[in-house]
Amino acid sequence: MSEELARLLADLKEAEAIEFVEKALEQGTDPLDLLEGAKEGMKIVGERFSDADYFIPDLVFSGEILKSIVAILEPHLKSDKGEGAKRLGKVIIGTVAGDIHDIGKDLVVFMLDVSGFEVTDLGIDVPVQKFVDTIKETGSKVVGLSGFLTLAFDSMKGTVDAIREAGLRDDVKIMIGGGQIDEQVREFTGADAYGRDAIEAVALAQRWI
Amino acid sequence: MEKKWEEMSADEKQEAQFQKLLAPKDPEGNDLQFQSPEAETGFKASINRLKDAIQLKKLPDRVPVTIFPSMFPYMYAGMTVQEAMYDYEKCVAGYKKFVLDFKPDLPMGAAGPGPGRFYEILDYKLYSWPGHGVAPEHSYQCNEGEYMKAEDYDLLITDPSFYFRNFYLPRVFGKLEPWNMLPPLTGILEMYGVAFSFIPFGLPPVQDAYKALFEAGAEALKWAMAVGGIDAELATLGFPNIFGGFSKAPFDVLGDTLRGTKGVMIDMYRQPDKLLKALEAITPIMIGLGLGAAQQTGKPFIFMPLHKGADGFLSDEQFKKFYWPTLKQVMLGLIDGGCIPLPAAEGGYNTRLKYLNELPKGKTLWMFDQTDMAVAKETVGDTLCLLGNVPSSMLKLGTPQDVRDYAKKLIDTAGKGGGFVMCNGAFFDEANPENVKAMVDFTKEYGVYK
Repeated sequence: MSEELARLLADLKEAEAIEFVEKALEQGTDPLDLLEGAKEGMKIVGERFSDADYFIPDLVFSGEILKSIVAILEPHLKSDKGEGAKRLGKVIIGTVAGDIHDIGKDLVVFMLDVSGFEVTDLGIDVPVQKFVDTIKETGSKVVGLSGFLTLAFDSMKGTVDAIREAGLRDDVKIMIGGGQIDEQVREFTGADAYGRDAIEAVALAQRWI
Repeated sequence: MEKKWEEMSADEKQEAQFQKLLAPKDPEGNDLQFQSPEAETGFKASINRLKDAIQLKKLPDRVPVTIFPSMFPYMYAGMTVQEAMYDYEKCVAGYKKFVLDFKPDLPMGAAGPGPGRFYEILDYKLYSWPGHGVAPEHSYQCNEGEYMKAEDYDLLITDPSFYFRNFYLPRVFGKLEPWNMLPPLTGILEMYGVAFSFIPFGLPPVQDAYKALFEAGAEALKWAMAVGGIDAELATLGFPNIFGGFSKAPFDVLGDTLRGTKGVMIDMYRQPDKLLKALEAITPIMIGLGLGAAQQTGKPFIFMPLHKGADGFLSDEQFKKFYWPTLKQVMLGLIDGGCIPLPAAEGGYNTRLKYLNELPKGKTLWMFDQTDMAVAKETVGDTLCLLGNVPSSMLKLGTPQDVRDYAKKLIDTAGKGGGFVMCNGAFFDEANPENVKAMVDFTKEYGVYK
């Protein structure tokens, strides 16, 4: 049952997927089953993106379809759902201080999420201390720093330094990414690795957790 | 007898444009007086060098070298971005220092920072800038959003100017919000009822919007005098600013500042036909934008920052359907009008190179950021002139020797047989000045064609 929904979502059939969910609910299908199907569909979307069958518009659109499906399902789901989904591990992501670009960061958050990680998205222009505090609060083992402008090089370095000064450097792996980020910038910032795109971010998180 | 402009071929128009660049005028329309014979020689050599690199007919004397920075000149001159945006004299003085210290063949002008007070007067919402959401020392940055709603396509397609004036501009300029009350100009037809169309101009909010507009216009003019003045002065010192204007890929027009990245991508699925129609409607407007600017400034180079067509953003199929056809049309239209499109392909363009051979030979100058330049040379080297590719990361974090090694590799591959301009690959704010200097000086020395 939910396989059909997974297929419709993975193939980005918006109208059909929504109609399917509405009909299934009418016929008494367990909304949790449908949610599972939607999640499965998103996993397939992520795989297709990794295989370069899908590109950014396809990811963005699948996210929109999912949003519509969840909005339909939500009133039918019990509040004590507990979800039961096992998450692979916790990751913190944010665009570093001074930089307000979010497109690349949002893609990384999206891909980590559909790949099964629990992501804390700190947003844009994130102060150094906020990363430090969030590591303490969540116990995340992986931190991703995003930045598009050359100013981000210094902000990334400042963030890595602050994590070190807080005594947390050995507890976390740090990855960086964004328009002009390469090995030279990684070395400068003291991060553990850099990724060229959201797929590499997922691969790094999988390796580290 | 001289041919009329309208009768010229694209080749003849381009040649005429270069001849115009080689015979510069001062602001009064007289022949420009250079400050020294060396300045005149240098000025003309730079233009001829670039001309040869672009036309792909004759080997230039050496690889041209330029710098296309973002806020670097002002940071280098020791001011914050905020100061460069609000103190026009300081801004152009900093820019002059940058040009005279680094001596690029073709500087790009001091318009980058823009007039800070102008943005304030109109309450510009599309960007955050120093003092308005960004720290004084940082560059302005775009606030992405759906300034055009998903249901606005019909309005845009039917009458783009009306849509811009009554819907889009009131959303991006707080002070122009009352423009949403303005009447369509095309309703002004005959004596009976003509006065009705003018009633909105009597309303206090609309009048306030126009007062702000006059003030903004005066501020823009003040800024333009400073920016234009330094261009004229640097020309007399031998440094031609070749930038004539600006245009965009129609898909980026919609995807950058109208529908936003997410909006335009969803439209590709939910309303592809309307998106395609809107792209078509925008195409002649983008051609006109470039041609008009070139006519006004007397310079043929039309800068086109390219965004959503980069590697990874769209699939090959999506690029072919939504991005490339109208971008190509804009470029062909500009070329037909004697302009030289200067697209800046931000990110990578490796998967798109094959399409660029659909452009006519010797008519465009492509700035590449992270594209493999050796492959680009091989794929499109017979069609277009390559520019760029020195990484921002290296300019900030590398050594002068790193830069020289990189530049050498570029000259040996991309520069082989002409058709290449040395430059940074992406617009940068921060860099080690020694590295920037190394890029220019090394090219002038090693890049000489024998």
